[in-house]
Amino acid sequence: MEGNKLQRQAACMRNALFDQGYLDEQFIQLEDLQDEANPNFVEEVVKLFYSDSARFIRNIDLTLNNSPSDFVKLDNIMHQFKGSSSSIGAKKVKQRCTQFQEYCKIGNFEGCMRTFQEVKQEHAALKKKIESYLQVARQAR
Amino acid sequence: MEEGKRVCALVVDDDRLSQRVHAALLRKYGILETEVVENGKEAVDLFKSGKTFDLVIMDLEMPVMDGSEATRELREMGVTSMIVGVTACEVEAEKAEFMRAGLDACWDKPLSGSAIIAMLDELAKKLL
Repeated sequence: MEGNKLQRQAACMRNALFDQGYLDEQFIQLEDLQDEANPNFVEEVVKLFYSDSARFIRNIDLTLNNSPSDFVKLDNIMHQFKGSSSSIGAKKVKQRCTQFQEYCKIGNFEGCMRTFQEVKQEHAALKKKIESYLQVARQAR
Repeated sequence: MEEGKRVCALVVDDDRLSQRVHAALLRKYGILETEVVENGKEAVDLFKSGKTFDLVIMDLEMPVMDGSEATRELREMGVTSMIVGVTACEVEAEKAEFMRAGLDACWDKPLSGSAIIAMLDELAKKLL
């Protein structure tokens, strides 16, 4: 009974992640790769994303603090961050990364700063939601 | 894939997430022997050491040696493996240049199951 309730809860949380635009179909690809041989594949990949993205965020922070701004370097780091975000289907994070890159291309420092805050906000929001979902999904198994 | 034929693949990518996902995709579609390296130079060195792979999934942007340079070197060495480029780059001119380096195909990142199936279908025809 409890198991069914948890499964329903997990399903609801999962649907909300898609309905609210946090995740796209790439996340479904990751779920399809989870099997008996790799029972924690999704969780492992999400953990890897957050480990790598913490590093990207640190590097962008450091680079934004340098003067004059190195927009090429910022664009390169954000390109990697965007790539990682795409790999797990982090839709909103990826969209903000794209906006940041557009500001880099025109050398707009204020635009970069503003969008970087949005990247970090979306990154943190997704982390909270996806970690809660994965915890319930684990308990429901 | 034809039964009994052990297909070997090489994933060349500096991004750990891409390495993990691409290796898992290949495994899911029957490629049980996959190696992973972090840049083009490591891929070239592997081939120089005598290793062979039927399929190489080559990222474009990597440190040390990028995908274009690695592909060019491999083709100059006489490597006839199927080399498929993958890139998150949206600039068509850069993708075209990557193709000209000697790729058999170029796909957008992240790779999907249908992309892997298409690659393996082409590989099966090549190996016949």
